[in-house]
Amino acid sequence: MEKVKLSIDNKLVEVEKGTTIYKAAKQLGIDIPVLCYMNLEGLGIENKPGGCRICVVEVEGRRNLAPSCSTDCTEGMVVHTHTMRVINARRTVMEFILSDHPKDCLTCAKSGNCELQDMAVKLGIREIPGQEYAAMSTYKMDFSPSIIRDLDKCIMCRRCEMMCNEFQTVGALSAFNRGFQSAVGPAFEMDIEDSTCTYCGQCVAVCPTGALTEKDHTRDVINALSDPTKTVIVQTAPAVRAALGEEFGLKPGTLVTGKMVTALRRLGFNYVFDTDFAADLTIMEEGTELLGRLTKFLGGDKEVKLPILTSCCPAWVNFFEHNFPEMKDIPSTARSPQQMFGAIAKTYFADKIKVKREDLVVVSIMPCLAKKYEAQRDEFKVDGNPDVDFSLSTRELAHLIKQANLDLKTLPDEDFDKPLGESTGAAVIFGVTGGVIEAATRTAYELHTGKKLAKVEFEQLRGMEFIRKATIDFNGTPINIGIAHGLGNARKLLDEIKAGKSEFHAIEIMACPGGCIGGGGQPLHHSDSSILKARTKAIYAEDEGKVLRKSHENPYIIKLYEEFLGKPMSEKAHHLLHTHYFDKSGKIEIS
Amino acid sequence: MSRIKVKIKEKDLNIIKEICKSFNNEQGELINVLHKTQEHFGYLPAEIQEVVAKELEMSVAKVYGVVTFYSFFTMKPKGKFPISICTGTACYVRGAENVLGEFKRQLNIEVGETTPDGKFSLSCLRCVGACGLAPVVLVGDKTYGRVSPEGVKDILAEYNDK
Amino acid sequence: MTKYKQIRIVLNNCGVIDPENIEESIARDSYMALGKCITEMTPQDVIKEIKESGLRGRGGGGFPTGLKWEIASKNHADQKYVVCNADEGDPGAFMDRSVLEGDPHAVLEAMAICGYAIGATKGLIYIRAEYPMAIKRLKIAIDQALEYGLLGNNIFGSKFDFNIELRYGAGAFVCGEETSLIHSMEGLRGEPTIKPPFPAEKGYLGKPTNVNNVETFACVPIIIRKGASWFNKIGTEKSKGTKVFALAGKVNNVGLIEVPMGTTLREVIFEIGGGIQNGKKFKAVQTGGPSGGCLTEKHLDTPIDFDNLIAAGSMMGSGGMIVMDEDNCMVSVAKFYLDFTVEESCGKCSPCRIGNKRLYELLERITKGQGVMDDLQRLRNMSNVIKDTSLCGLGQTSPNPVLSTLDNFYDEYVAHIKDHKCPAGQCKDLMKYFIIAENCVGCTACARVCPVGAITGEKKEPHFINSEICIKCGACMERCKFDAIIIK
Repeated sequence: MEKVKLSIDNKLVEVEKGTTIYKAAKQLGIDIPVLCYMNLEGLGIENKPGGCRICVVEVEGRRNLAPSCSTDCTEGMVVHTHTMRVINARRTVMEFILSDHPKDCLTCAKSGNCELQDMAVKLGIREIPGQEYAAMSTYKMDFSPSIIRDLDKCIMCRRCEMMCNEFQTVGALSAFNRGFQSAVGPAFEMDIEDSTCTYCGQCVAVCPTGALTEKDHTRDVINALSDPTKTVIVQTAPAVRAALGEEFGLKPGTLVTGKMVTALRRLGFNYVFDTDFAADLTIMEEGTELLGRLTKFLGGDKEVKLPILTSCCPAWVNFFEHNFPEMKDIPSTARSPQQMFGAIAKTYFADKIKVKREDLVVVSIMPCLAKKYEAQRDEFKVDGNPDVDFSLSTRELAHLIKQANLDLKTLPDEDFDKPLGESTGAAVIFGVTGGVIEAATRTAYELHTGKKLAKVEFEQLRGMEFIRKATIDFNGTPINIGIAHGLGNARKLLDEIKAGKSEFHAIEIMACPGGCIGGGGQPLHHSDSSILKARTKAIYAEDEGKVLRKSHENPYIIKLYEEFLGKPMSEKAHHLLHTHYFDKSGKIEIS
Repeated sequence: MSRIKVKIKEKDLNIIKEICKSFNNEQGELINVLHKTQEHFGYLPAEIQEVVAKELEMSVAKVYGVVTFYSFFTMKPKGKFPISICTGTACYVRGAENVLGEFKRQLNIEVGETTPDGKFSLSCLRCVGACGLAPVVLVGDKTYGRVSPEGVKDILAEYNDK
Repeated sequence: MTKYKQIRIVLNNCGVIDPENIEESIARDSYMALGKCITEMTPQDVIKEIKESGLRGRGGGGFPTGLKWEIASKNHADQKYVVCNADEGDPGAFMDRSVLEGDPHAVLEAMAICGYAIGATKGLIYIRAEYPMAIKRLKIAIDQALEYGLLGNNIFGSKFDFNIELRYGAGAFVCGEETSLIHSMEGLRGEPTIKPPFPAEKGYLGKPTNVNNVETFACVPIIIRKGASWFNKIGTEKSKGTKVFALAGKVNNVGLIEVPMGTTLREVIFEIGGGIQNGKKFKAVQTGGPSGGCLTEKHLDTPIDFDNLIAAGSMMGSGGMIVMDEDNCMVSVAKFYLDFTVEESCGKCSPCRIGNKRLYELLERITKGQGVMDDLQRLRNMSNVIKDTSLCGLGQTSPNPVLSTLDNFYDEYVAHIKDHKCPAGQCKDLMKYFIIAENCVGCTACARVCPVGAITGEKKEPHFINSEICIKCGACMERCKFDAIIIK
């Protein structure tokens, strides 16, 4: 690789050709401020429009200032990152941006976690000259079941647009209008609910300001907790325990399972359960469905729908309902763990503790924003009463814990309640890309072959590559497995299926980068991809630490089938644990 | 396309399909498609953009992004007699602003609006390349040069009975 | 008597030939240069000739055309493109339209020459949809050239193929910027992207692309025909050839002119333009459109070329030239251009999107008498930062009208701020209409014509204007036959 030498702030540095000034400066420990720029290193997700102009630097011999995020180093270049000219320009540009940004920081959902606010602090902005007569660009607010959009706070960094279009290929968002009135939103400034948005929440995960935030349900949960007539139970998704600690200053990748349980108990939840229990249940149902289809296929049935697609990711479900409705009978009919949990809680468990359905409130803690939408889907309600009442994101749980004056770091570890709190390692790995299919493989292999696995880890299914392929030998039958995270990558596999070219028997799809650990409801990564990797490691560590690591070995799952469901795919299981999908694609009607 | 149900007349649907097809349904031809479509329908309402998006297999958000970027494209129907006032530099220095003000006053509409009877709409445009005739006003295809605020009444009168 | 000041190179055929008849063009040597290139010259020879001619881009930037071609020729690809920028967006400029309407073959021929030089077989003309006549004539010209074998495959029986298609602009000034133009041709929002990569490396559809404007192309055939040494004798040391200007504003003769580089502004305005209308006093001349600046009396004897205009705080731009007299308020002129920029900014980068809006707001306050002296320093700082930090040429030049008027008409800004007066009498908010009681005969004509009923008074008694109600339309003053109404 060709190298170039340059000087930045009078320090010499040698970098590979094609390295930007921003990255070269980083090597020297010089932290040039960036705002619109975002790079999830190692994942190939980069946003580099060169639009905000905060990262400008002075390059000797150049007429104007250079955006360091998108200017490549050249041989002999002499760069200055903090001359008066640069500092003045950076401040003035920041004042421009802030002059068109609401000043309600105190009550903004992003306050304290806002990159724009941090930048104002870093640049020492104390006033915005001429603010009193500066016009602001204004737009209508948009409240959807998952995401709230306040475009008055949009700074045109284009990160959301990049995620929605290039990474997810959802295309719900685009820059619209021109000049001062431009912003990023859906067509015709329609509500996001009417667009093809899947609520994956990746736009929220990357938004540097309060323009895109989650719909906050913490108040609803506090109300339920303080209502003496209600029994309030909570379930926590696997990816939450690997990230929650970050909100309390713990190192990324710190597992806080026990502390989280204690915190939830102290918040006043009557029972603290685990979505992992339902993940084990999902494997029983989905694994059985997979084996069923496979057996038919191997028996010569050409009508059987293969590959089977996982269905636990609600954003993914929304995605194929919008974009591939003609394939809606391919995915597994198994409900997601969140919804299986809700259905079991409001029947089996409610009966057990003799609480009426309407007096039982089920709260879920999810790394996800699409779960909020999923929880309020009509098919998951009984007489208008939802199986899951409120779905909180990891971030909202952190707020709730802080509001209750609890310091998560110092809390003791406690265990989940029984029976819906018991889980295996297979359920934990639902939180990372490849985890669901690995869990399914562990169970399907043993059920199909009747043999015990010598090693439960399937390394070939792990990793961060966006599309992965592996063949597992099921006792002489090679089973081809595909894995995709990111809906754009999923789309590629779906197009293959559509074209009849898919080689797979089963495919796992997760909408978010890295799977649920990178979900739209997680603590913000602020474009540091090492955080996602640390969370992944934590999830696998939790699996390794478990005594039981295969879903079908979960004693409470076995008991649930014995006492209540009968067997996987039974009629009762069908009724409570399976669902069907809808064609939600746009239609043109002749009038 | 978005999830909203789009209603459109079959005839119009076929026209849009034809236009898209004439450009091989290529996304890169979006601007040409929009030009042709607007030429035919006079404007580009949401339902037309939805159909174009579907035909070109692209997101309607992107189509809308393009429509709202270029000032030539409009989502509102124009009046029967669209009035355009040139506010290019030459016209400006020769008093186009006063002429525009007079049109606004006489028609009681703002720029970008259409009179309630659908007869006149008002827009500004940049330099029609007739700077020698500044200030210039266009009504439909007809050009009026050296227009003064006093002349506005006479121009409108020409269209009174039409 | 003034004719000799002008030389027609670009406009040579305009108005002389029937542009819809290729025979007439050919009779005046059209496609001779292309033939010469293909049959007698190598692509390198062509580039060398253009380089030696000293031709620089007429679209505003003044980049050496030959060098641009050379870079594009050196980037290898299976497909390259030649693009003609005919999205003339400067308010007050219409020379490209005149060339396209009057001599379309010159542009087609030049594009083919460029294609031969850089190794491209496809040409695209990005033209404003608002130019229906130019579009029609281009289409006719392309068809006729194809018919005559002067475009299409195996031109002049050689192995060289070149085809030209039209692409339509849709009203976005920023599309004059070449990366924006390319994105627009690709069906996208016309937002610029950071250079490098330059279009010569990665342009239309990711392929090497050479973009020149209409006037630049129109110079090419004659350079090939008459030789670089003929062309580079015209003009100044660093700016060769002629430049077409759209002369407009308060001069007696308005219209298109073509003068050799190095002609002075005085010659253009007072000799060719015939001086200021109605015997008024010359105040300023604006060149370069929204990217340029206002030049004054002291610049009148500056020879016009790319570098001199930049040194004087303006620029060549695409050739708009607007002359202003004593009745034009320079703060308002700056505001006018900023209004344009605010409307045309694409919105991608923050200094241009928001900064220009803030400049406009400040100028508006000054024209309303609400400015303070500190505003002038802020105007200057904001302008400098916008120039220094904007992504593309639009924002990098948009504050020029502000800076040049601040430099040359500082007192006029001060008058608005300190004295609440507009010396040119153009800023309505700073004017008040009064009736001089001694002159008023009480004819009531003014009261009757006042659209808002601001004038009161008894018949045959002096009338009075209520300035609270008055909208300063000036109707009363025009109606008064006794010079009783004045503005203060």
